[in-house]
Amino acid sequence: MTAQLEFDPIRLPPECEALRREVRAFLAEEIAAGTFDPDHPMHGDMHNLDFSKRVGAKGWIGLTWPKKYGGHERTFLERYVVTEEFRVANAPVRQYFVADRQSGPILLKYAPEHIKMDILPRICRGEVCFVIGMSEPNSGSDLFAAKTKATKADGGWRINGNKIWTSNAHIADYMIGLFRTSPPTKENRRHGLTQLLVDMKADGVTVNPIYQMTGQHDFNEVVFDDVFIPDDCVLGEIDGAWKQATSELAYERSGPERFLETFYVLTALIRALGSEPDLRSAEGLGRLVAQAHALRRMSVSVAGMLQAGKEPVVEGSLVKDLGTIWEQKLPARVRELAAFLEPDAGNRATLDEQLAFATTIAPKLTIQGGTTEVLRGIIARGLGLR
Amino acid sequence: MTENVSIVAESATRIFADLADPQTINGAKDATWKVPLWRALTDAGLTLAWVPEALGGSDAGLAEGFEVIGVAGAFAASVPLVETLLAGWLLSQGGIASPGGPMTIAPARSSDTVALSANGKLSGRARGVPFADDAEHIAVLASGAEGASIALVETKNCRVAPGANPAGDALNEVLFADAPAVEWRPAPAGFDRTAMLLMGGVARSVQTAGALGAVLRMSVAYANDRVAFERPIAKFQAIQHSLAQLAGEVAAAVAASGSAADAISHMQSFDDQIFLEAAAAKIRSAEAAEKGAAIAHQVHGAIGFTNEHILHRFTLRMLAWRDDFGNESYWAVELGRKVAAGGADAFWPLLASR
Repeated sequence: MTAQLEFDPIRLPPECEALRREVRAFLAEEIAAGTFDPDHPMHGDMHNLDFSKRVGAKGWIGLTWPKKYGGHERTFLERYVVTEEFRVANAPVRQYFVADRQSGPILLKYAPEHIKMDILPRICRGEVCFVIGMSEPNSGSDLFAAKTKATKADGGWRINGNKIWTSNAHIADYMIGLFRTSPPTKENRRHGLTQLLVDMKADGVTVNPIYQMTGQHDFNEVVFDDVFIPDDCVLGEIDGAWKQATSELAYERSGPERFLETFYVLTALIRALGSEPDLRSAEGLGRLVAQAHALRRMSVSVAGMLQAGKEPVVEGSLVKDLGTIWEQKLPARVRELAAFLEPDAGNRATLDEQLAFATTIAPKLTIQGGTTEVLRGIIARGLGLR
Repeated sequence: MTENVSIVAESATRIFADLADPQTINGAKDATWKVPLWRALTDAGLTLAWVPEALGGSDAGLAEGFEVIGVAGAFAASVPLVETLLAGWLLSQGGIASPGGPMTIAPARSSDTVALSANGKLSGRARGVPFADDAEHIAVLASGAEGASIALVETKNCRVAPGANPAGDALNEVLFADAPAVEWRPAPAGFDRTAMLLMGGVARSVQTAGALGAVLRMSVAYANDRVAFERPIAKFQAIQHSLAQLAGEVAAAVAASGSAADAISHMQSFDDQIFLEAAAAKIRSAEAAEKGAAIAHQVHGAIGFTNEHILHRFTLRMLAWRDDFGNESYWAVELGRKVAAGGADAFWPLLASR
């Protein structure tokens, strides 16, 4: 690739705006019914099966997938609108978000028909939770160092070893993970890993919680003790998972969730500043708004590329690199701008509480789903530097 | 530029590549290269792309004009093409025909005002008017007795103080001391100084994005070429990560400016959505210019700091453009005030309005 970067301006079509109104009305009803509180960002991480089923009933999970698998054959731009509205409202999407964003698309591409017919409709109904099994104790950013073994057995595979930092494993129904089926070769150290679909209820799977510095429980260790995986759960080419990873990254890295995770502090700041902010606050706020707008327009543009059938891996990595750094710094910027607010200003208490929470989660934002360093390596490769 | 790049932009690229190659003009002894370049741009209808045929222009459309501006940025051209485009556009708003020859537009700073008397005399001072020294005419948005007016004035009837921006392009204080307007008309309803500054700001954003793209290509090529410690410096992770960050700044400028240009090209009026698009593009592209120029120079090392190397043609211009038509601090304050006045609940709907 050359160093030519394109982010065509996308105008969201009218069907997106109609859908946005529907989504906002639904979220307002859920908030009114007490399902979640948009001012409490920790609620966005809640696991809520009933809510998920209601979202599924609305037809907003698997939005772009074929109808025969329970999907709705709508566009990536419509999916974008749903995703950003849920994220900004701090709605509890934990149950289905990973399945909707990346596990479903992998199954669509690589799973045998009977598995697609079994699982995809259940994802669309909001019933099943997926996790990603990539990191291991000695394999994080260096994905292809994974050691957890899958050994050929009669009619399938036996897996032994463990995965770590596995978000949501304690509530998950399935994992799509990378397992070692052959040693790497001299020519290709990425060779030898295979993507497998694991039933988390299978014998030999143990999930151990790992508590985070925020006090929350999201991470887990997953231990596999001779877990049997039937042959039809092999997703794609045996030993060739590395060829399949790239297109997934464009989906995973370019979405609105990559810059909106701490967005609530900006909204709360605007509320606290009131209608006539001083010069310093107005300038600080204006810059943050401009930066947020630019990120969103980049991200919408990538959704347009996905809709056009492209694989915008570099563009997606650019969105995540800039986006996660921005959302990570946002609590610090907002804290500065709030420094001279009256102690009893309007929603000061809510803002302080949100800032405390956003500050504690900030460090993870540039680590999860591909670190800053990994992303910059991908971008550099795209630029033709490696 | 997009893959469905217009014929207009292709023709601009061809003209600049033939007559304003940055390496060639960087070594030129004088400014005679500007004469054939300006003639070619004029003959191709590019200088008055935003003027309807009835008013003497080529009526190429707003979107196409912005593409031409992107190309001009990618060549860091030091001729008043963007200023002439803007001047033609402003005159057209008032139904005033554009004369031939280079033009510029005033005021270019948010703090300046020019007054228009009932008998068509302009008075006031406009600082930092780009290329005023090279312009035969100035299109002025002035405040008249009956509100905003658009006026055309001959530069020779104004007092133009010598001056240049850090890149060496003319940047002048223009004194209007009862300068007689050639023609003047009331501005259309709702058209004010903010609208003019927003349009100028978007033009500068698009130009900056074009220059940043060129700076990225140049920096990548240099890193792959330059050997130090026995290998191309592109192989060092520190350089790779610096250039990845430069690419991020380019991407943000391209996305924000492209979005704003598209929004203006399809707008009904300068409403809140256009304000957000245009102000954000100016702020973000100026921030990208600052960060991007620093990275590009760091990667180039000492050679990039020489007069002989063309890097400065791009970096100094994009840094200078930050100050035209409202700098990023000015627009940030305006945008921050607008968002605050709208209130917290209207913020996300505004951001997600397009």
